[in-house]
This record gives sequence, structure tokens and C-alpha cells, in this order.
Amino acid sequence: MDTITYFKDRFEKLQGQQLDSRLKALRDGAFTEFEQTGIPTVKHEEWKYTRINDFFNKDYHFTTDLKEQQFQAAELQPFLLPGHENANSIVFINGHYHPEHSVLRSEELEIISLETAAHNQYAPVVEEHLGHSADYHKDGINALNTAFIQEGVFIHIQKGKTVNHPVYIYNVTDARAGNIFAQPRALVHVGENAQVEILETFVTIGTDESFTNQVFEIAVEENAVLNLCKIQNDAANSTIVSTTHVHQVGKSVANVVTVSLSGGLVRNNLNMVMSAPYCEANLSGLYLQSGHTHVDNHTVVDNRQPNCLSNELYKGIMNGHSTGVFNGKIFVRQIAQKTNAYQTNKNILLSGDATVNTKPQLEIFADDVKCSHGCTVGRLDEDALFYLKARGISDATARALLLHGFALDVLEKIGSEDVRAYVNALVTASLKLD
Amino acid sequence: MLQIKGLRAGIEDREILKGINLDIKPGEVHAIMGPNGSGKSTLASVLAGKEDYEVTGGSVTFEGKDLLELAPEERAGEGIFLSFQYPVEIPGLSTTNFMKTAVNEIRKYRGQEELDAVSFLKKMKEKMALVEIDQSMLSRSLNEGFSGGEKKRNEIFQMAMLEPRLAILDETDSGLDIDAIRIVANGVNKLRTPENGILVITHYQRLLDYIIPDFVHVLYNGRIVKSGTKELAYELEERGYDFIKSELA
Repeated sequence: MDTITYFKDRFEKLQGQQLDSRLKALRDGAFTEFEQTGIPTVKHEEWKYTRINDFFNKDYHFTTDLKEQQFQAAELQPFLLPGHENANSIVFINGHYHPEHSVLRSEELEIISLETAAHNQYAPVVEEHLGHSADYHKDGINALNTAFIQEGVFIHIQKGKTVNHPVYIYNVTDARAGNIFAQPRALVHVGENAQVEILETFVTIGTDESFTNQVFEIAVEENAVLNLCKIQNDAANSTIVSTTHVHQVGKSVANVVTVSLSGGLVRNNLNMVMSAPYCEANLSGLYLQSGHTHVDNHTVVDNRQPNCLSNELYKGIMNGHSTGVFNGKIFVRQIAQKTNAYQTNKNILLSGDATVNTKPQLEIFADDVKCSHGCTVGRLDEDALFYLKARGISDATARALLLHGFALDVLEKIGSEDVRAYVNALVTASLKLD
Repeated sequence: MLQIKGLRAGIEDREILKGINLDIKPGEVHAIMGPNGSGKSTLASVLAGKEDYEVTGGSVTFEGKDLLELAPEERAGEGIFLSFQYPVEIPGLSTTNFMKTAVNEIRKYRGQEELDAVSFLKKMKEKMALVEIDQSMLSRSLNEGFSGGEKKRNEIFQMAMLEPRLAILDETDSGLDIDAIRIVANGVNKLRTPENGILVITHYQRLLDYIIPDFVHVLYNGRIVKSGTKELAYELEERGYDFIKSELA
């Protein structure tokens, strides 16, 4: 069975089950979109350097969803993030939310299926925000996730509350008994004056092919604060397309840090949509790649209202034959006067075979704005290296210290001390260069 | 402790050092003076092992070892310290962390055990006082946004931490006001012992009012053309480098 037929089969099966769903129109539309546009190829402007369609061209057999029922809690143990004893844990296995592996410690946090949310008091929120990311992604891969949206969850953070424990989200694929195509989906609603810290990670178990096509949409209300940290340190047999769509509907602050350390292929879409005046968004990223890995960060900052501020800092260290992509779009709508939008992308290439493609893309329609962008691709500073070595520090240690120093300002953006120390240790370990 | 014999070195195809001879014994302070472009900084860089320079002739022996065979970090391990004319700014690396790594790597090179945190901090405190710098400066990114004086004080602080056998001070006085020179020179003088050697490279005589040399050499066009005692420095200050040039002509 080819992949498209497989999706069609699965889609029809789900259609038959939930005829009266309020989500039906959305997923029907998305599936039509998927059928028409298909999986993006490198001919698609937004996918020029990232090839994912190979995965679908192979005649893969995907395992059925039943396998995950055998998943044991102990199997997740080695991948638990530091501080998990004190965190809310939300576990997706092969794209499905598993309450039995999840732990909810905070009363301010509620998690229900999207299907339920679409029919209860949250219906207006779901109606307004679910599928909003499609406005920014005209491609079949986003639509494919939406076509199966009924498998997703709705995460609600009560207004006026600070979630007292961080929220850890594990995106697990169990590829021990066949190839897996997982599509985690969530709509997160951060209520007025609420504050939450979310940390998410990707874990592949087993050696068969694993493809995760994740879409998280997050609506941030007036005076709310969202801290999100995404850590990608997955296996070489994993492919991740991770779309994080943050919609700031009220004056609010959103801080997103994305750290990509390993994994076969990673494509991150991060959208910050500022639909209210005086929003603040901080986007930071660090990618540290080696071997034949590929990491692509596509970001969008959409200034739809005046007086918003965004700071974007992405840094990359590329070794071996790794390839990197940074594409940073900033839109400033005509009404969005007094926008302050800053973007920086810096890269260090450690090997002659590593490459980075970096592209700032600014579309400014207002005339009273401050916008800046800058990108650099270079090698390690030889003068700095000599300075350290002249103090008795070995070549390998000197390189590691300089690279760590280069990465540090991104690492420092990670809010939680536990997580910062954890990521710092991962980075330090992977900088032990030959 | 240091014997330089017929040292020739250059960058790309240009020869800058054209046969340097210099002998430094323990406890001695030597000053090398000379006009711009005479090869002073090249000499300092070659001694520290900067790879941009190619040594084309001669030899350098330090404590009986062929220095030119050693990597920069090994030279530091042997006890050579270069105070940089232009200390490099290193974002994201604090002086404290830098020194902790350097001190321990050098100890490892010498087969000594790593310093524990308490002893390291004690040593830091002691040396900080010596060059009048405070903790906050040491927690900041190394040299980043430091003033000229702060950078040079930081160099001398590093020197104090690493306790070298031979310190080479490359234009340590350039860009410093009198107060900063005094602090820097004080730091250097405290490290002056009968076992250690110091090589001061300077354009002006004024630093030598504070770090009094045993010998003064004039470097001109890649060669040491005149050597003497500290009085030579005064003579140079008074008459300028032109008198050397005319003597040579």
C-alpha cells in the first residue's frame, strides 16, 4: 500500500466514526488540501533545502496504532527530563495522548481531547484558534496533521493562575516493530494573566523509521506569559517536522527556546503571531549538528498590531557533513507602527563539508518601525584559539570553550534552572571535539 | 633559562626577524625597545608559538628544551607566559572559568593534581588584590567590553594566576594612563623573583620607570642592534630612535 492510500484509508475509517463532530469541516477541508497539494517537495519555496518527501515515496508499511498499547511506563524512564518528579508530564506515543503515562500535578492545568473541547465550554476557543497555523503553512504536511485532528488534545491553563509545576511534553515514537508516522496535535490555551512553563522533547525508541509531524497551536491571552523550550536530541532514524504556532491575542509575553542537538532530520516551524499591541516575543535557537544530520528552522514573526517587540537569536554550530537552514521572516503590517523587531543568525562551520543556508526575509508595510537583521557564517576565531592555547589550554578544550561561549547566550534564555543545567550538560558533552 | 640564537622568522614570504640573539638568565629583566615595525611583537608571538609565523632559521631553547618544537599550550605548560598587546575578547567565557581551566590544564601538563575549588578561590582572591580587580570583572565575559586598562590588568592577573617562569609583556603599557601603568607594573614587580625571567617589550621608556630592567636591547629592522643597561632606555627617550638609525648608517 502506498502512503497516500494508507492515509486515505485511515482518514475514511475515522470519518465513519465521528460523523457529527464539529471538527468535521476542518479535517475534511484539510484532507482535501492534503490531496491537492501533497507532501511538499524541494520545489516548494518553503522547503527548498529540506527534503521530506523521500520518506513518503518509499513504500512504507506503517504499523497499526495498536502497538502502543503494549508500551510500558518503564520504557520512558531513561528519557525523562530532569525535574520530572516535580513536573506535569504529558505523554504522546505515536502521536496519541496517553493519560496512563501522563502525570497531572497542577490544578490550573486541564487536558482533554480536542473532540471533547470542541463540544463543551471551550468550543469558542477551539473554533477561534484550531487550525490557525494553516494560514502560515500552505502545504500538505500541515494539512495532513489537521486531517487527523480528532486524535489531538486541548490543554487549558486557567486564567489568573501560574502553573506551579512545569509542563513536560514527551513526543514518543515507538519504532521497534515497524515504521511509525506520528502526528501529535495540541491546542494550548493560556488564559488571561496565566503563566506557564512548557518543556517538550522528542524521543524515538527502536530502529525502524520514525516520522513525527507535530502541530502545536498556542493561544496566549492578555497579560499571560508563555515560556516554551523545545529540546530535540533524538535518534538518527528520526525525522521531525515540528510546527509551533504561537498566537498572542492579548498583550502578552512569549519566550520560545529551541535547541536541536541531534536527530536525522529536523524541521522546525515557529510562528509568533502578535495580534495585540504591546506584545513581546523572544525567539532563541541553538542547533549543534554533526554527522549527516539536517536541521531547518523556519521562523515567522507577524506584527499585526502596533508597538510590539520581538527579539530573535539563532545560533548554529555545524560539524561533519551536517546541513543547516535558517529562514527568518518578519512581517510588519501597515497598521503595526512602532514595531521593534530584531533578528540575528550566527553560524560556525567546523568542517569543510558542513553547510548552512541562512535567509532573513523582512516584509515591512509600516513606516515608523525599527527592524534589524544580520546573519554570519564563519569559522572559529583563530586569534581567540591562540589566546586560550597560550594559557596552557589544549586545542580540543580551547575549541570546546569557545564554542560553548558562542552558544551560551542562547542557553541562558532557558528559564528553568534544572532544564538549563540539563541542556548545558548535553551541549558540553557534544562539544567534546576530536 | 632562555637562549635565542640566530632566530629568523616571517609571515608568508616576508622575513621580519633577521637573526635575533638573546640570552635571559633567571632573575633577569630584559627590555626590548624599538620603533614601530621593527619586529618586537613578532618576536613575542614567535616565542609564544603563534602559528601564523614561520620560523626559517635559528633556535630557541628554554630550560634546555627546544621551544620551537612545542605547541603553544605546551610552552605555557613549560612556564612561558605572553601578555598580549591586544587581548582577545571571548564572549560567553568568564575569566574565572578561563583561569580555572588554564590553571588545571597546566597542572595536568606538569603531572600535578587539579586544584580543588577552595584552593582555587583562595588563589584567585590573593591575585585579584595584586592587580586591584574585583570579582564582578572576573565573572564577565573575558575582555568583552573591557577598557584598555582593564584588559591589561586582566592579563597581569592571569600571569599572577599561572605563575610563569618567563613572562613576556608585549606592549603592556600601550594605551594605559599613569595610574593603570603603576598598577600593572606593581603586579609584575611582585612576581619578580630570583628564579623568574621577564622580557618587557615596549615602545616607550616610561614603563621602565616602574619595571626596572637589568638589560635594554634595541630591536631595529629584525635585529638587535644595540644592548645596554637601563641608561640606554633614557638615551632613547631623549634622542629618539633616529640616533640608532644614524649610528647604523
